[in-house]
Amino acid sequence: MRIRAGLLEGARGLALALLSQLGSLALLILAINAIAFTSIGIGLFLTPAVMVAVRGHANLRRRLAREWYGVEIAEPYRPAPEFGPGLAGRVRRWQWLVTDPATWRDLLWMAVDATAGLALALIPPALIGYFPYGVVLALGVWRPIYHAGGGEWFTFVHVTSQTTAWYAAALGAAYLLVGLAVNPTIMRWHAGLTRAFLAPTKEQELSLRVAHLAETRSDALDTQAAELRRIERDLHDGAQARLVAMGMSLTAIEHLLERDPEQAKKLLAQARESSSKALAELRDLVRGIHPPVLAERGLGDAVQALALASSLRTEVTVELPGRLPAPVESAAYFAVSEVLTNAAKHGGAHRAWIDVRHADGMLRVSVTDDGHGGADPARGTGLRGIERRLATFDGVLALSSPPGGPTIVTMELPCASSSPRTSSC
Amino acid sequence: MRVVLAEDLFLLRDGLVRLLEAYDFEMAAAVDNGPELERALAELKPDVAVIDVRLPPSFTDEGLQAALRARRATPGLPVLILSQHVERLYARELLADGSGGVGYLLKDRVFDADQFVDAVRRVAAGGTAMDPQVISQLLAGTARAEPLARLTPREREVLALMAEGRSNAAIAQRLVVTERAVAKHTSNIFAKLDLPPSDDDNRRVLAVLAYLDRS
Repeated sequence: MRIRAGLLEGARGLALALLSQLGSLALLILAINAIAFTSIGIGLFLTPAVMVAVRGHANLRRRLAREWYGVEIAEPYRPAPEFGPGLAGRVRRWQWLVTDPATWRDLLWMAVDATAGLALALIPPALIGYFPYGVVLALGVWRPIYHAGGGEWFTFVHVTSQTTAWYAAALGAAYLLVGLAVNPTIMRWHAGLTRAFLAPTKEQELSLRVAHLAETRSDALDTQAAELRRIERDLHDGAQARLVAMGMSLTAIEHLLERDPEQAKKLLAQARESSSKALAELRDLVRGIHPPVLAERGLGDAVQALALASSLRTEVTVELPGRLPAPVESAAYFAVSEVLTNAAKHGGAHRAWIDVRHADGMLRVSVTDDGHGGADPARGTGLRGIERRLATFDGVLALSSPPGGPTIVTMELPCASSSPRTSSC
Repeated sequence: MRVVLAEDLFLLRDGLVRLLEAYDFEMAAAVDNGPELERALAELKPDVAVIDVRLPPSFTDEGLQAALRARRATPGLPVLILSQHVERLYARELLADGSGGVGYLLKDRVFDADQFVDAVRRVAAGGTAMDPQVISQLLAGTARAEPLARLTPREREVLALMAEGRSNAAIAQRLVVTERAVAKHTSNIFAKLDLPPSDDDNRRVLAVLAYLDRS
């Protein structure tokens, strides 16, 4: 196990050393030139292209650090705004890149990676490689080298005879043993070095967070404004109009009461019907704003109620410690509702399983259906909208929907306690 | 007949008191919050209770919870729940003990005084009064779709009215047919849904509701 790990790290070191030259060094030179060429114009076009490669390279190294060494390195890049077309767009794209501190840190990292990173990454393969080399020397290869006039220095051993060649082989074996022992540690240091330069600084982290918050806040405000407009329209065209009609009927009834009681009776029936319809419309509206079961019982029972109302055969498991903060409950409820509707409408599902639980300060909801799968958020099945709404709460949505199904939508919402009644959250 | 009424909106409470008194009910108590309701149910042991689902102080389903607790203490205590919205989930909880004497209606149903009072009387007598909206929610469930599809449209109508808790006589009157015709429909329905026939109106209704709510 230890031997395998030592050898593996040697190979990885070699790979990273190659990447540091073919990737970091080459891209560093390209990037410096591209930015320098901005003064004569073509840099405007070159810089973005090169930076795409630089970021790709850096992201590859972030991924390798995570997959090989479990070292998480977050991306520090600012999200891209809309650039617009034409030259102005080009300039804005260029501006976005060169004003992002992450760009300059990438360059710095590439300089470090091409030098210190290279040196560090070469140690593990060197420690391994010296052993076969020493053996080859000892098996006779030292002779032609020596006769050709070159005395081979095997690190600090000058190989001039069979004896010294054997020393070299023995030293190689010692290097190998050392390598097997320390290679994993050295490569972890290498990953640490990568993180030191590639991870966002505290300042970048904060500015990314601010950018994220600003985006989700504006999304939330848009959604809310749209929702208010919808409610206003529904009230205006629905309940309000019906109440006006009722008022008019009542006035007419007042006039007809003595002259034409029959007609008055008819109008009364009409007025009553109007009031029933107004109530029904208000009920639907309320359900869309904040479902009564949710208000009265909380998320668990509200999801049960959804399951009962769904056209799918739905099984629900709920493990919640009590009530959650109202906004989280509401977001989760509408997300589940939409996912269920999607499953029935677009997924061709017949059955669904909903799991709602709370653990480690996270509300986790998963909805699985037996539909034909192949759901793609990019094709706008409402998943994007759910994702956006969850983002307001720093929530995330994961979708697994292979063709042929099943589709599993998992949502996670961090939820902090907000009041004594919800302190269990 | 002694009634306990729980409704937090003054206008509606007042209106209901007048309505019930006009139909010769005796108001044992008219309360406006959960704790008082609980006390009234425990102490006054009314013949029937008319309760709003949502009550102060918590404005959650306090009325329903009080009703369910009271029925656990006094099995079969007749309760009629009123609400601005009906939920199949709540209907299921009310019916869970299988002892009847429950009603669950939208507040709008109060508009039709005769129908409403009829529902109160039915519940007081140990029958059921389910809102047509609950029934349509039950009928919309796909779990029972296939056997229900075997019913004729008329039989479905009869089934819905029966599930609301109406007697054969009431159904006959509503559909403008003879009671014998209704009886024939109901026995057809029971045969098609594979339910054990029963002469007792209340048992029959509960069986149908249990059948529809199976999922």
